[in-house]
Formats: sequence, C-alpha cells, structure tokens
Amino acid sequence: MNDAAPMIDIRDLTVTFTGGRKPVHAVNGVTLSVQRGEVVALLGESGSGKSVTLRSLLNMHPKHRSRLNGSVIAAGQDVLKLSGRALADYRGRVASMIFQEPLLALDPVYTVGAQIVEAIRRHEKATLAVAQARALALLQKVRIPSPERRLQAFPHEMSGGMRQRAMIALALACNPQILLADEPTTALDATVQIQILLLLRELQRELGLTVILVTHDIGVAVEVADRVAVMYAGRIVETGPVREIIRNPRHPYTQGLLASRAHDAMSGARLDAIPGAPPDLAALPPGCAFAPRCRFSAAACLAEAPGSVAVGPQHSARCLRLAELAAA
Amino acid sequence: MAVGAMDSRATITPIQVSEGYWRGVARRLSRDPVAMVALAIIVALVLMAVFAPYLAPGDPIKGSMLRRLKPIGTPGYPLGADELGRDMLSRLIYGARLSLFMGVTPVLAAFALGSALGIFAGYVGGAINTAIMRTIDVFYAFPSVLLAVALSGALGAGLTNALVSLTIVFIPPITRVAESVTTQVRNRDYVEAARASGAHGFTIVRVHVLGNVLSPIFVYATSLISVSMILASGLSFLGLGVRPPEPEWGLMLNTLRTAIYVSPLVAALPGVMIFITSISFNLFSDGLRTAMDVRT
Amino acid sequence: MKDVPHDPRDRGGPRQPLLSVNRLIKHFPVNKGLLGRSKTVVRAVDGVDFDLLKGETLGIVGESGCGKSTTARLLMHLIPPDHGEIVFDGESVGHDLPLPDYRRQVQMVFQDSYASLNPRLTIEDSIAFAPRVHGVPRREALGRAHDLLARVGLEPSRFAGRYPHELSGGQRQRINIARALALEPRLVILDEAVSALDKSVEAQVLNLLLDLKEAFGLTYIFISHDLNVVRFMADRVMVMYLGKVAEIGSAQQVFAQPSHPYSAALLASMPAMDPDARTETAPLYGDPPNPINPPSGCRFHTRCGSVASVCSQVEPALEDAASGQRVACLMRQPGSGHPAAMPALEVA
Repeated sequence: MNDAAPMIDIRDLTVTFTGGRKPVHAVNGVTLSVQRGEVVALLGESGSGKSVTLRSLLNMHPKHRSRLNGSVIAAGQDVLKLSGRALADYRGRVASMIFQEPLLALDPVYTVGAQIVEAIRRHEKATLAVAQARALALLQKVRIPSPERRLQAFPHEMSGGMRQRAMIALALACNPQILLADEPTTALDATVQIQILLLLRELQRELGLTVILVTHDIGVAVEVADRVAVMYAGRIVETGPVREIIRNPRHPYTQGLLASRAHDAMSGARLDAIPGAPPDLAALPPGCAFAPRCRFSAAACLAEAPGSVAVGPQHSARCLRLAELAAA
Repeated sequence: MAVGAMDSRATITPIQVSEGYWRGVARRLSRDPVAMVALAIIVALVLMAVFAPYLAPGDPIKGSMLRRLKPIGTPGYPLGADELGRDMLSRLIYGARLSLFMGVTPVLAAFALGSALGIFAGYVGGAINTAIMRTIDVFYAFPSVLLAVALSGALGAGLTNALVSLTIVFIPPITRVAESVTTQVRNRDYVEAARASGAHGFTIVRVHVLGNVLSPIFVYATSLISVSMILASGLSFLGLGVRPPEPEWGLMLNTLRTAIYVSPLVAALPGVMIFITSISFNLFSDGLRTAMDVRT
Repeated sequence: MKDVPHDPRDRGGPRQPLLSVNRLIKHFPVNKGLLGRSKTVVRAVDGVDFDLLKGETLGIVGESGCGKSTTARLLMHLIPPDHGEIVFDGESVGHDLPLPDYRRQVQMVFQDSYASLNPRLTIEDSIAFAPRVHGVPRREALGRAHDLLARVGLEPSRFAGRYPHELSGGQRQRINIARALALEPRLVILDEAVSALDKSVEAQVLNLLLDLKEAFGLTYIFISHDLNVVRFMADRVMVMYLGKVAEIGSAQQVFAQPSHPYSAALLASMPAMDPDARTETAPLYGDPPNPINPPSGCRFHTRCGSVASVCSQVEPALEDAASGQRVACLMRQPGSGHPAAMPALEVA
C-alpha cells in the first residue's frame, strides 16, 4: 500500500436490510474516500444511513438479514470479503469502533483492565505482564485519573465520562490505524462531551489516526472534523471541508439544516425550519430524496437522482439545481 | 384567550380509522402458520369434546372382559380396547371433555383472580404491594405438583375440589406476572400524563392500565393451560380428581399403566393426546404473544 | 414584562407570579443491603426557589443529576415533595388551591414521545381523555381533540383515528402537545420535549410551541440540556447544579455574562460553531459528582476554577448579584470571605 492511496475507500456502497416485511434501503450508493490521518464527520439525522455506513467498515451487518453491494477498502483490505479469522484480525488491529453507550459496549462482568488485556492478548502474543503494562499506559493516555485503581474497576462503577474514556482505551488497545466513532458523545453531559471531543482530537493528532465520526450534531463535527459528509436518505448529498460546509453550504438540505438551528436565531423569532419529514426508506422516491421537502425543487428533481457535482476544491454536492441556486 | 378560542364545534369531522388493535392481532396471527395449525388442533379438540356422542363409535363406559387390551387396528376397535375392554377411541373422544375442562377452567378462574390481585398490587405499590406479594411468595415455596396434591388431598377427592386446588396453584404465578407488568405500565409516561391531567386511580386503571396489561397476562395464562391439564391428569392419576369409570386422559393413563408391558401402544394413547393438546396450547400462546406486539 | 392578554382565570393580575416555588426539597432514599432502610439519600432537589412570571418562558438547564426533571415532576405533583411550597397565582397548592384544580391549569410534555402515549388508544381518544375525566361529554371532547390536532398541524381527518406506532416521532410529539393543551392549561412544562427529535423536525416543533404560546397565552417551563435551544426559547434561565439553583436571570444576561462559574463553564462547553475558533481547553474536568453524597459547602467547589478555602465550608445562598441575576456563589457575595468577593458593605 503506498501513501497516496486513501486509507479508506468506499465505492458505491448500498446496504439493504431484508429482515422485515419490506426491504429497507438504508444506504443507497455511498462513495467516500478518506486519506490517512484525516478526520471525516458523517453528519445526518436518524435514518440517514450514517451509522449503517460506519458499521459496513467493520463488516458488522448480519449476513442473512442484509444485502451489501459495492466495495469497502480499508488499509488495503477488501472489508466486505473478509470473514472468520481475517475479519477478527482486521477488527481491532486495523480498525476499531467506539459507541454511543459505553455501558452497553463494555462487558459488565469483567473489569476494564481485564477487557483491555484480553483484547491485546487476542491479537498479539504478549505476555500477561506486558499486556497489563500496556493497559495501564492506555488508561493514562486517555487521562483517566488514578489509572492503577481504575484497571480494577467494573464499567458500572465508573461515571459516564470515565466509561467513554475506558472504551476509547479499549478501542486503541491494538494500535489500530482507523478509529470509527458512532455518536461518541451523544449520551454525555455538555461539560463531559467537550472533554471527550478534545481527547479524540488529541489522540488523533498524536497517533495519526484516520477517523470517521458519525454525529447528528453540527457542533461536534466542527470541533473535530477536517471534512464533513452530509447524509440524507442513504446518500451523501454534500461533502467538503468543514469550513466550506459551514460557510458556503451548497445543497439545499445542508442549507436548511444550518438555517433551522436555534444557535444564532433571534429569541422569539420563528426558525427557518425544513418542512416535512425524512422519507420512508422502504419506499424511496425515484428522484432526489430531498425534493419533496425542498423549496427549490423542480419537476426534474422528482424524476432522476442527481449525480455528484464538484463545486470547489474537495467540495461537491448532489443537486440538479446547483448552478441556478448559485446564480440566484 | 384560550377559553374562548377553544370552544369546540359539536360536529366531528369524519375520520380515517386505523385498523383496530384486535383486528391487527388477528391479521398477524393469521400469517403465522405454526400458530394457525395449533389453533386448528385446539378447535378440533373442542369440537371433538362437544360432539363426542356423535363422533364416538361406541360406549366409553361399557366394557367387556372378552375385549380386554385388544391391540390397535382390531376391527370395530380402531384404537384397540383398554384393560376393561372399553373402546379406546370412544374413551379418548369423551375424555377430551373432562380433560379440556380441567385444563381450561382453573386457568380462567386463576386468570380472573390473579390478574385482579396483581394489578391491584402493582398499581397501588408500596406496603400493600409488599404484603400481597410476600404472601404470594409463600405459595411459591412449594412445587406446584406438591401444592396441588396437598390442597386436593386436604379438600378431599372429587372434581370440584381438584378444580379449586388447581385454581389456587395458578393464582400465584399469574399474580406475579400481573404485578410485574402493571408496575412497568404504571411507570410509563402516559400513566404519569393521565395522573397529571387529574384522573383518579380507577379511571387510569380502566383506560390506561387494563388494555396494556391484560394481553400479556392472558398470553401467560394460556401457556398454563397445558400445565393445568398435566396437573389435572396427575391428580386423577392419584385418585384425587376424576374418578373411574369417567373417561379422562390422565386417569386413563393411570389405569392403563398396569398394561404397559402387554399393550404399550394402547397404554400410550392418552399420553399422546395430553401431549398434542398441551403443545398446541403452548404454540398458540407463543404465536399470540408475537402477534400482540404492536411494533412487529 | 410581556404584555399578556387578559385571562378570566387570572387572579392576581399580570404582575403576580404565576408560580412561586419556595424551598422545594426532594430526597430519594437509596436502599442498600439486605434489609434496606439505610439512611443514604439522593439529594435530587435540595432547596429550590424561583418565581415564574405570567406569559414568560423559564428555561431550566443543567447536567444529569442536577434535579431538573425531578423539579418538573414535583411541580406537577407527580411525586410529593418532602418540603416546600408551590404557590400558583397567589394560592398555595394543596391548601388554598385543591390539587385537581391546580392540575387543570398545569400540564406537561415528556421527552419520550412514544412512551407518553397509550399504545392502545387512538390519537383522538388520547387527547380527549383528560377533558372526559373532567366531565366533558364524549362528543364535545372529541370535537376539541380534532380542533387541537388541527392547531398542532396534523389534519384531524387523517390522524384522529390512528395509533401512536403509526406516526413519526415529530408527529407523536405534536400529539403530546395537543394532549397537554386539551385542558386549556395556563402553564405547560416541557421536559426535554424536543430532545429526542431530529434537528429538522425540532425546529418545526419549536416554532409550533412559540405559535401556541401566543395563541393560548401560555406560560412555559422549558427544560433542556441543549443550551442553544434554551437560549432561543427562554426569557429567563435557571441553571441548576446537583439539586440546587446556581444562577437565575434573564436569558440574555445569563448567556452573555454568566455570573456563576458553573454557568460560565457550561456555556463554554458548547461546541464552537466556527471551525477557526475551536475549543482548545475543556472548561471543566471530570463528571458531575454523585448527588448521593454531594460536596460540602458550595457543591461546585470540587470542579470550580476559582475555588477558595471558604467554598468547602460555607454554602452560598441564592442572592441578588450586581448584574441583575440571582446567583449562589461566594465570589458574588460581599463579605463572604472569598478572596474575589468585595468586602462587606457597611450598613448605612
């Protein structure tokens, strides 16, 4: 693998869940490449396909209830083709994931230390003493106070912020190159959230990690991401450097999201809300999925799904009316 | 202001009505092949019990020493004859009457009493709940078979006493389930919202609690029917329930026990009936539970 | 003071607070050990007082364990307070004003839109339930439910006969709002009412809440962990920390110039919206302490950047600060002994 190749390369990924009565089209053609050491935020609402995309990177979808097409290459490995031993080696060593609710992701019957030691020894031939020393170093790295004592703690004995730190330590146990974060701070209090975001930023810089972070909160994306990919109904509708997305959003959905925030609205004024609700993923319209809610939609928007159009360096959007909107 | 602005027109606009809850349950249940087969068997058994006099080829009581333990397939006695020479097929058909009755009645009675007790305990909570539930726990200390036998023995042999003792055996588990689902529902936000709107306990239980707890309790109760049948058979087997010569599957199993080496297939037939019936009730109650889950 | 249209139920006039809360206390016992009955308690709400003016929106913010949701439930009398008095429009609740009469005038919207609707009732029956309880005939109650559905933006003919699981989260929350309005309340408590909604739907519901407030002359208590939303909605803000009020004041003041170090830290913890001005250091370290065993003195002293020795000994009272807020911080109290406080004023 040479340095110029992207660390993560997702091409035309589609994920369809077939377990229910009607197939649910959760991801509908996602193409995304992430460079080594880059932090990309997948931004979207519930049902936008952001978490499903992230989980595809660890090949986590149950085989008998989902249908995946397209390709996912991470660190030179074809992830969707991995299975068994190779997949187990890939998970944790190449890419690992942190979740929204650490209490559910950590095993309640083992101490934090035991879980980290076990993760290290599963992937490497380390002696117990070496693994224990590394576990201690990891807890220090994620800034858990009195780490010696915390190694012996069970997950339920820790506060929410400490648990999230412990989960990050566990995810980093085998020195992965890729860290996938699924709403890592959504369940946390405001003062704790910012600590975890800063920790992620610091660890990313220090270890040169490639990070994909899934969030519904633009603020979280702004704090840690270099680049933002905005998702809607299983597609990336706009992607670009975080500055561009915030200051010069081109897709009407991104514009709507930014305009509807209570962030800098006048108190008492009405918010510029996007009307309607996201589409049913079991019955997607043929054209642009956002068209029914879009104030700029034209007849053509309902007919065909727009392709990705470059609108600036690294900045592209999927909208048929980009040119007209820019002129207006 | 609000008071004036909200005066209602007395007319109600015609509305699109969703499929009702029970209609939805029926639709989902009808798509579950296992549950439908189980239901068909249950219906067939009930019909068999009701129309026993028309279906049975012979007399279930009258025997003949000449026909003792005829094997299956004997002309005129398709399922053979028992140790007193009575026609097995007729006895099995007539046996459905008492067996089903002894399976269903105690569960229905216990469902009524146990639900009332459990919902009351769950909704009231606090010390009253503790008192009721700890009393119930005392009954839990005994295995159900032992409890049924002891109660039946204490009350004296006979059909009514067997039914009463079985009912008492089933009240504790149903009460416990009722209490736990009620406690869950009581803490839901919609019950809080109802309390916040000034509704009284009885109204809240009627409108918001009953509808949400009765079906899980009912599903649980249907799963007890098979247990009840087996316990009732056991009581009859011990001579505490139905008395000979009445046909009842459990009692038949008991009396044929002695013939198990001579005519094992005939001796096993009542057991097969008990098995088929109880498994049908269990499978049906499983299907019902799945169909009642609104979000599936 | 906002201009409030006259309400015939208004007793004390527009300047009398709609709600006055005095020293509200609620401790939950924690059972420990086999026999239970240990003396450990969670000090969920530990002496909260505030006034709520007619027609205003009071935002309550704070982190988990600060007691904001317990306060809401106490105000609704869903749980009995251990101590404290609630005065509604001049009448003491439970004494001058019987509880049923109070409850007609105060309603609540919960966070979980699904759990707060009875899955077995149709939408119209859910909304009509409260009026029916209060003796409104069925036909009229249903008519009112249909009116309310229209007011919250759901077409009655399409939604009245449906069940909660058939609707989206945003639609369900509109129904919860309609249900809360069915008794024509004067005060609506919104407990994280928009927190579970997607951002694009949240904006719609916030707009709806503003419209309804105007249309029905409502007063809101708006509880949220999202400071952006509180800033947008609230006229005044109350910041809570571990069961106590840290600061209360006009939203503009509190957001522009927080007087309590905790409010300042909370505001500084909000993610920056400017990629060129990202947060560089976390304002606070660690998690909020456990309300089972809160720190002595000022409860914030274990995490405060301006802590002095006096802070662990003296519990600051909520007092008027120079900036117009009411603040519970020794630094803002002259003569408190905190080095940053002004010396005591001579009594003239």
